[in-house]
Amino acid sequence: MNTANDIWVYLAASPLIWLALTLVVYRGAQEVQRRGGGHPVLNPVLISVAVLVAILSLTQTPYARYFDGAQFVHFLLGPATVALAVPLHGQLPRLVALWRPLAIALVAGSMAAALSAYLIAGWLGASVATQLSLAPKSVTTPIAMGIAERLGGLPSLTAVLVILTGILGAVAGDGLLKRLGAQDDASIGFALGVASHGIGTARAFQISETAGAFAALAMGLNGLLTAVALPLLLPWIARLLGN
Amino acid sequence: MISALALFLSLQLAGEVIRLALHLPVPGPVIGMVLLLAVLIVRSGPSAELRATSNGLLQHLSLLFVPAGTGVMLHMGRLGDEGVAILAALVISTVIGLAVAGLILHRLTRPTNHERRP
Repeated sequence: MNTANDIWVYLAASPLIWLALTLVVYRGAQEVQRRGGGHPVLNPVLISVAVLVAILSLTQTPYARYFDGAQFVHFLLGPATVALAVPLHGQLPRLVALWRPLAIALVAGSMAAALSAYLIAGWLGASVATQLSLAPKSVTTPIAMGIAERLGGLPSLTAVLVILTGILGAVAGDGLLKRLGAQDDASIGFALGVASHGIGTARAFQISETAGAFAALAMGLNGLLTAVALPLLLPWIARLLGN
Repeated sequence: MISALALFLSLQLAGEVIRLALHLPVPGPVIGMVLLLAVLIVRSGPSAELRATSNGLLQHLSLLFVPAGTGVMLHMGRLGDEGVAILAALVISTVIGLAVAGLILHRLTRPTNHERRP
């Protein structure tokens, strides 16, 4: 009993166990989704996060210690983002030919998501700081936190909202769009990228490489658009509403 | 695989340098993505190795979000008093963003589908 405890204390402090656990839990989550016929509700990010949060809470492990191990996986997000250029290049002739509809869909989708979040929270009585933290939640975390800070929101609240938005879009996005009649991979992928950044893009790659390429494009462009447009637009809207 | 990873990491690094030098609001890896796209256009396409490494990374893109995603445990308490307002705003605005972007692109690119719908 005592030795088991000693071993646990030793392992819990080392990065190895948390890195291994991240991969094992993710493999399990993938397996759950595969057995569930690939259903988007069985999203591997959602399942993995839920299981890991439960394990960390039960073992009273601080997130920082977990991240000491998991950072090796997290680090790969950078090169993976760069690698998105490869499927993007594969779709380049189509993307160039469709630039006008893509631009319209991007601006409309991006602004609809940001402004509706801002306004709905306001109507439901959220504070101004919360409203401003919500506005950039559809873009990738580092951009969203930067925007929240510039707007006067709370960057750390924005970080959670970004993750929750990504998971929501990945879980419900393609089902919703199919029901609404937008059934082609390009439209589904692009909408996932606009509304749910990288986690939506990861879901899009599960659908097809075409959906993934359109999602990657939407994610990149929406980050840029939101960073430029929101700080200009929101103060104007706040004044319009008399806040 | 190694030369592809070396290229990805070098372009990410170049992206970080450009971001810092020009004070851009876009993260380094996103700038790296644009740089790689430019490289691929100049070289007229990826090598088999580059394509394989890129596929390998992107196939498991979901995994790469797990460590950051687990970080929600730190901040769930922040949802606090305003939790209901925040969750309602998140769900509704995400549905609106998805529907607006997806339907507009679908209608503008496939006008015939519109007529076929019941």
